[in-house]
Amino acid sequence: MSLLHWAILAPFIMAACVPFVRKKATAIHTGWFVLILPLVLFVSFLQYLPVTMKNDSIMQTADWIPSLGINFTAYVDGLSLLFVLLITGIGALVVLYSIYYLSKTKESLQHFYVYLLMFMGAMLGVVLSDNVITLYMFWELTSISSFLLIAYWFDRDRSRYGALKSMLITVFGGLMMLGGFLVLSIMGNTFSIRELAAQAPELNNHPLFLLAMILILFGAFTKSAQFPFYIWLPDAMEAPTPVSAYLHSATMVKAGIYLVARFSPIFAFSGYWFWIVGTVGLFTMVWASFNAVKQTDLKGILAFSTVSQLGLIMSLLGAGSAALHFDSLDDNLYTAAVIAAVFHLINHATFKGSLFMVTGIIDHETGTRDIRRLGGLMSLMPITFTLSVIGAFSMAGLPPFNGFLSKEMFLLSMVQLAELDLFNLETWGLLFPVLAWIGSVFTFIYSMIIVFRVFGGKFQPEKLEKKPHEAPFGMLISPIVLASLVILFGLFPNLLSYSLIQPAAASIVPSIIPNGGQLDVHISFWHGFTTEFMMTIGVVIIGIILYKFLPKWIGMYDYFPGKVTLNNLYNASLYTAERGSHSLTKSYMTGFIRSYLVYIFAFFITILGFTIWVKGAFRFDSSNTASIGFYEVGLVIVLLIATATILIAKSRLTSIISLGAVGYSVSLFFIIFRAPDLALTQLVIETVSTALFLLCFYHLPKLSRHEEKRRFQIGNAVIAAGVGLIVALIGISAHSTKLFPSINEYYIKNTYTKAGGENMVNVILVDFRGFDTLFEIAVLSVAALGIYGLIKLRLEKGGEQNENE
Amino acid sequence: MEILMCIVAGLLFAAAVYLMLSKSLLRIIVGTGLLSHGTHLMLLTMGGLKTGAAPVLGENTASYTDPIPQALILTAIVISFGVTAVFLVIAYRAYQELGTDNMDQLKGTEADD
Amino acid sequence: MKTNDVIFQTIAKVVFFMIIFFAVHLFFAGHYHPGGGFVGGLLTSGAIVLLMLAFDMKTIKKGFLIDFKWLISLGLLFSAGTAAGSLIFNVPFFTHAYDYFQLPLFGKTSLHTAMLFDLGVYLVVIGVTMTIIQTIGESE
Repeated sequence: MSLLHWAILAPFIMAACVPFVRKKATAIHTGWFVLILPLVLFVSFLQYLPVTMKNDSIMQTADWIPSLGINFTAYVDGLSLLFVLLITGIGALVVLYSIYYLSKTKESLQHFYVYLLMFMGAMLGVVLSDNVITLYMFWELTSISSFLLIAYWFDRDRSRYGALKSMLITVFGGLMMLGGFLVLSIMGNTFSIRELAAQAPELNNHPLFLLAMILILFGAFTKSAQFPFYIWLPDAMEAPTPVSAYLHSATMVKAGIYLVARFSPIFAFSGYWFWIVGTVGLFTMVWASFNAVKQTDLKGILAFSTVSQLGLIMSLLGAGSAALHFDSLDDNLYTAAVIAAVFHLINHATFKGSLFMVTGIIDHETGTRDIRRLGGLMSLMPITFTLSVIGAFSMAGLPPFNGFLSKEMFLLSMVQLAELDLFNLETWGLLFPVLAWIGSVFTFIYSMIIVFRVFGGKFQPEKLEKKPHEAPFGMLISPIVLASLVILFGLFPNLLSYSLIQPAAASIVPSIIPNGGQLDVHISFWHGFTTEFMMTIGVVIIGIILYKFLPKWIGMYDYFPGKVTLNNLYNASLYTAERGSHSLTKSYMTGFIRSYLVYIFAFFITILGFTIWVKGAFRFDSSNTASIGFYEVGLVIVLLIATATILIAKSRLTSIISLGAVGYSVSLFFIIFRAPDLALTQLVIETVSTALFLLCFYHLPKLSRHEEKRRFQIGNAVIAAGVGLIVALIGISAHSTKLFPSINEYYIKNTYTKAGGENMVNVILVDFRGFDTLFEIAVLSVAALGIYGLIKLRLEKGGEQNENE
Repeated sequence: MEILMCIVAGLLFAAAVYLMLSKSLLRIIVGTGLLSHGTHLMLLTMGGLKTGAAPVLGENTASYTDPIPQALILTAIVISFGVTAVFLVIAYRAYQELGTDNMDQLKGTEADD
Repeated sequence: MKTNDVIFQTIAKVVFFMIIFFAVHLFFAGHYHPGGGFVGGLLTSGAIVLLMLAFDMKTIKKGFLIDFKWLISLGLLFSAGTAAGSLIFNVPFFTHAYDYFQLPLFGKTSLHTAMLFDLGVYLVVIGVTMTIIQTIGESE
């Protein structure tokens, strides 16, 4: 366990302490205590920057299950460091924001911060694990903690619905991903991502390659809310806004991006990867931005915009895989796509984080997030307005914000794709820039909606629950920090280029970088009247026109069939599955013990009878048997008569005494078959249990036969005969087949020498197999105490119950 | 003899199963008791019958019967005693509380779910 | 219904001790001859049950001052303790030890830790059987 491991585990340890802090230090908001951790982690991870800037990496391994090759391996390279800094940095800001957002007195903060810290630890684990199994474990932990966070206000129906939905979809993807990981690790015979990446060329030719890729992409697409799995993200907006800002914009949904980026070195050479990742991403971007426009909930708009932006990054990663098909870096235009992906990842975290926080402020101060009720807040909340302008304009891709730069790079990459002569792009290539452009137009429109619907227009105080005013300063700190980063990265993008972007991009496409070399990352603000710049201008002009005439064409959305949506598909399949399993279970769980016994015995007969028949296992060998004596035959007859008496007995006394007769006959058999210990025990037991039966007899009802229908009786008889037949057959066959000598020689030889006894049975019980006996007496004790409890201890359920006793 | 004992055990099993499938609680309990008798006989038979003297050293004999099934059965006898006792008490408590020993009525109604 | 079975009660008293002695003999014989903790314990409880039939529950309960549930835990303690005792001597759980001693009156005797274990079994069996029978018998 190195310091790196402890860094991953620290949030969990902290989470364990939170409830105590909450209980003891009630005067201080628990958030202040929690805030320390992400800050410390952020600063301590900064010291890895010099290492990753040289495209080096650090690896620390701790054994977990060494026999299976599963180790807790922490691995820091450019890509994981970028994510770690996002997780801890945004995490610190979110915690700070939540201190003002969540009331100290009204909310159960201990839950909130425990879940949040769990999530933070899980996220760190995901991005720092080199072992796929560890990665999977942390991955599912993010799903679980996200479930808990979304359902934080668990008394609301929508929260529970959203939490369940996100959990079902992401865990479904996670399980697929686990399958992919296993296939991959079987192919490469290792669980380490780094070692798998080293074998990438061989893996590419493996027949299971495509399967592994698709399964892993399931995981990435569900987590990153790509089409058609995006439906959980809008419903996840029921979570408290700090959670949305953290999980659903900056970190968790980016885990899918991380996964795609991390596995790019293994999969990206394949054309399937390019097409699947690229087109799914691009389509998601267009579809979600198109849908964002019609939303009326402010957080709904942001949710769809997040889906759309994630699609954008995803498509860039897909496009970037084309870079691997060039041998040298010199004329490789497609590394630009990877660089753009990384750059936009950072930018999105900053502007979307600040926008979510702004939304939270609006919600907090006005009591609503419905844009139909909001308006004219510009003069009332000037700082919030400024922040949202910065965030939204950056999202729309307007200068001088960082979103402009990465959006330009995105458009550029898409334009270049059209000229690529790989993967049949000649025919379809033009689609990429066109779709990208359409998506950008809608992005522009909803960005404008966020700003001008809320802050512009007419102020409608009568529709608001509270009298709006500017938020407290503490709540504004975090969005101000993020908004300043938006401007800072916008004006000086090269602050990031070699410190964070280059190392991260280099980890995504390592194979084309020569040893000691670096990608050329130079982001410039102005690069002439290029195609992409013209496209941006087009976006702005068309966007403004469409925004102006929004009321004219918003009705267009009504033409889409309302019933045929992915959400309805999800709901219907959930409903059908529930109904189906319920009625299926109902059909065989009848509640009658007879039915259950019939299942058991029928299965017993079928499976064993079938096996005996198919394997030809029946043997009959009477050569090696003991002789049949006069006494034995007599005893058998007595035993069978007693058994028959039980079956036909009309009174309970008869059946109990007959059962005793069977028991005594069995003990006589024990004598004949040279088992004195058994005979003794059986005799005494039979006596004691007959006494027991007679004692209970007093309390038990008269033996009512509860006569059954003929049909049932015959069925019972058939099953009983079947079981008897199978048992006899197995007994005879087993006796006639001796595959190996008995182990009893060991006991016979060693009873005296090793255990110093002469009665083998007793020595086996107390010495050789003493464990069995120890547990047996434990079971007996439990039985006795259970009986004592059943009779003596009763729940006081009111007078009526006691009268019956 | 072994063949005969296998058949006897089979018959005991059949009778036990028939009793267990009936509706009366007491018959079910008697059935389980019968089932354990059948099992014990079966186990003993599997070790071979009358192959030597009782498994107590010191007797002047060349061979002993198999002690392992005997040890197993001894455990089983005592355990089945405990099981029967628990069964009986559950049965009589159920009868006390619910006033029936008919399995069909003990099932309860849909509304109880 | 109060019965007054003088003959039965007198015989039961005598037979009780005979059975108990036989049970104790069976218990000690266990390691070398048929017998052992299970049979010994069952027979002992059988003897007590006999007394219960002859007299009644309350008399017996007064006569035996022990709560049979305590016997269960005592027995378990003996058995598990014997098994765990081997750990003190740094040998695996459940290793038994035995040796032969020259004792007055008995002559050469083998003393065996398995006996302690069996004693635990003996006590548990008595405790369990009696607890079961007593609770059922006492319930109305």
